[in-house]
Amino acid sequence: MTELALTSPRVLSSRRVLSGALAVGALAAIPTIASPFQTITICYGLVFAIAALGFNLLLGYTGLLSFGHSAYFGTGAYVVALLVKYLGVASMELFVVAGILGSAAVAALFGVVCVRYTRIFFGILTLALSQVLWSLALKLFWVTGGSDGLRVPTPTLLGGLGGPGADKVEFIAHRYYYYVLILFLVATAGMWVIVNSPFGKALQAIRDNETRAEFVGVQVWKYRWIAFVISGAFTGLAGALWVPLNGLTTPDILYWPFSGRIVFFTVLGGFRTFIGPIVGAIAYNYLETYAVGFTVYWQLVLGIVLVLLVLTMPTGLVGTAMQLVERVRRGR
Amino acid sequence: MSLLETKAVTKTFGANRAVDAVDFTVRAGELLALIGSNGAGKTTLVNLISGLLRADEGTILFAGKDVTRQTVNQRIRAGIARSFQLVNLFDGLSAVDNIALTIFARQGKTRSLATLAARDQAVAEEAMLILKEFGLAPKAPTLAGGLSQGERKLLDVAVAYALRPKLLFLDEPTSGVSTREKAPIMDVVTSIVRSGNITAVVIEHDMDIVFRYSDRIVAMHQGAILADGTPEEIRRNEQVTTTLIGTGETR
Amino acid sequence: MDTLLTQILNSLFYASILFLIASGLSLVYGVMRIVNMAHGNLYAIGAYVAAWTIGLASTELHVSLLFVLLVTGALAAALAGALIEPAFLRPLYRRAEEYQLLMTFGLLLVLEDVMRLLWGPHPLTASALSDALGSISVLGATYPAYNIFVIVIGALAAVGLGAFVYRTRFGVMLRATSQDMRMASALGINVKRVYVQAFTLGCLMAGLGGAVVMPISGAVLGMGVDALILAFVVVVIGGLGSLEGALVGALIVGFVRTLGITYFAEVELAVLYLIAAVVLFVRPAGLFGRA
Repeated sequence: MTELALTSPRVLSSRRVLSGALAVGALAAIPTIASPFQTITICYGLVFAIAALGFNLLLGYTGLLSFGHSAYFGTGAYVVALLVKYLGVASMELFVVAGILGSAAVAALFGVVCVRYTRIFFGILTLALSQVLWSLALKLFWVTGGSDGLRVPTPTLLGGLGGPGADKVEFIAHRYYYYVLILFLVATAGMWVIVNSPFGKALQAIRDNETRAEFVGVQVWKYRWIAFVISGAFTGLAGALWVPLNGLTTPDILYWPFSGRIVFFTVLGGFRTFIGPIVGAIAYNYLETYAVGFTVYWQLVLGIVLVLLVLTMPTGLVGTAMQLVERVRRGR
Repeated sequence: MSLLETKAVTKTFGANRAVDAVDFTVRAGELLALIGSNGAGKTTLVNLISGLLRADEGTILFAGKDVTRQTVNQRIRAGIARSFQLVNLFDGLSAVDNIALTIFARQGKTRSLATLAARDQAVAEEAMLILKEFGLAPKAPTLAGGLSQGERKLLDVAVAYALRPKLLFLDEPTSGVSTREKAPIMDVVTSIVRSGNITAVVIEHDMDIVFRYSDRIVAMHQGAILADGTPEEIRRNEQVTTTLIGTGETR
Repeated sequence: MDTLLTQILNSLFYASILFLIASGLSLVYGVMRIVNMAHGNLYAIGAYVAAWTIGLASTELHVSLLFVLLVTGALAAALAGALIEPAFLRPLYRRAEEYQLLMTFGLLLVLEDVMRLLWGPHPLTASALSDALGSISVLGATYPAYNIFVIVIGALAAVGLGAFVYRTRFGVMLRATSQDMRMASALGINVKRVYVQAFTLGCLMAGLGGAVVMPISGAVLGMGVDALILAFVVVVIGGLGSLEGALVGALIVGFVRTLGITYFAEVELAVLYLIAAVVLFVRPAGLFGRA
């Protein structure tokens, strides 16, 4: 039986459960201990973290670098904005469901085309298709508001149970924050199960060796497509959660540099680990928020960080931290 | 009884007839060695049978059924598995996960994305059992990318074996490893053939190994079958000795 | 008839600019297997530097000499390329391509703001150049002569680049390296040097494109980001790494854009991206690429 102990990878060691509980506790405490500004910054970070989790199912686990994930984030956001504009919907639950379904549908369609290719061709295909949506959002202004975008008012949570208070900042920094936090936890748990499921193993097998995966009976295109749709749905969920936070959606979130940002924060955290993208998204959002507040040349700051990251810390924040811990432990 | 039968199977690459109207038969339960110099068409033949390539002409019958137009996946379900000449493993997965994944795929469980792979005791036990059979149990948690060349060769065979195939193709299972490591690999192959309902076809260059382990030998030359017989017959076959073994032994 | 001719000339004008950008992108990919996301920024550098030098000299020099100053844009982009390749790309050749892509994305962010830092947020232009040439009559249609000048530059660049790659010793080394980098290295080709030269040449082309388009559309922040995606469309249609492909792709995109602006303005860009996606789907290597 000692061998069997070896075979079950330490997916749920007590240390992991403990540190996870501590992190959740800290996140839950934030609205009470931090300023609304800080809380909202974290809230954005959590939303981006959901997008990064979805994105990393493709990059980290399936070995596909998408440069078009703005499409799914943007679809999630625009579906919500259009629901508001045309149907007068205000229910956040409907927004979430519609955002997920809408982006999953777009991903299902685009995925059919994209998953047949890998490497740079995959990247360019995802990019080209995402830009179809961007140009439509920009040009079909009578539907989408063009470059002005569409406004989205504060939604009602849980069927009016937690309806909008008088103060928007207060609403966002408390009730909406917890709403996002819970969905973030659900998304994280869901993704964690997916990557540790037999399906997740099959994706990793495809990432490591496509031909051999085919020859153990994994239908490579089909599995990649499913991963693509799941990835799009997670990113779409993030988009749907983002709009009420931002109050407005513009074609910028469909434009390809936004896809670059999603890649950026995933790699910043480290795409070889499960929590890397989460850490990266939160850290990136802080970095961007402060860089924007600090200088008009915030892109320069971000660019330099990215260049240094690629040159000196290719495993990202989490990967580097793990290496440091390992070194300290060995030194003992 | 023949488990596999190809009839006039042909594959051309440009002007080169890599496999030229080959009639190739594998009998159930045997360990067959496929020999021939580089470019003789051995690997192409295996690629055609396993489904990596599609035959231009001819038919492939497996267990009495025509599989010529079947997909790789259908052939795997029918019971054809293979390893690769250059090691093809999932380097980012541990040794045991390489096997476990294969078992999940075989059982159709890779479609499940809401259960934890590590919680499946039956699969974990079977994976460990297979690793043990191949003498790899101590390496279970090691990433496949971190194993030695000999261990990787063994794991490569083990992955194909974990599909529980009826017919197992091994493309040069002992190439690239030291002479000392060759015998253990072939011992495992022999033992799985003798103990179970497995038939194995081994592409091999080392004639000592071929003569020592195989029940029957098929020699290919320039896309066609040159000779087919027991090791004794092949050893006495002058045509084979002059065209193939001369080159075989210098390797 | 007049409008048709104008349309054709407009298409050729677009195609010239697109070829100048896309040929460099394709050349760099062909030789180094790197998709340079900052390539559009080198195009923008060409525009900014040309506008800047011409602005400085406009009171001193005769307008015909100002045309010569367009070259400064190309040279500045080439210089930037010659610095970027060894400093930022060379350390990454052994790494996964994700990192190369990310590095060039980082450079894109940096260069975008460096231009804002150097030349401010307002567009620069040198319309004196396009004004100086006025209009000429082509087969009965009046057409801006400067646009014809750009078409000629584009055509000369296509011929020149083709001759360079297919007729010179350097071209042979370039093609050998793009076929098989290791083999080329084994044959005694200095791959490092070929890489930096190819990258510099690619940037030079982009810079030239930016410089010649500047008198028409100005040097504007964000022009590089917009141009990059169109250049992608061109190279995807023509085939990544193929010069002929870049030419044909540029012509196709040039004509579709002109048609699109006239007949289906709302979905013009969407149509272009869809064409690129369809070509990539049907022929992943593009019309002229090798698989």
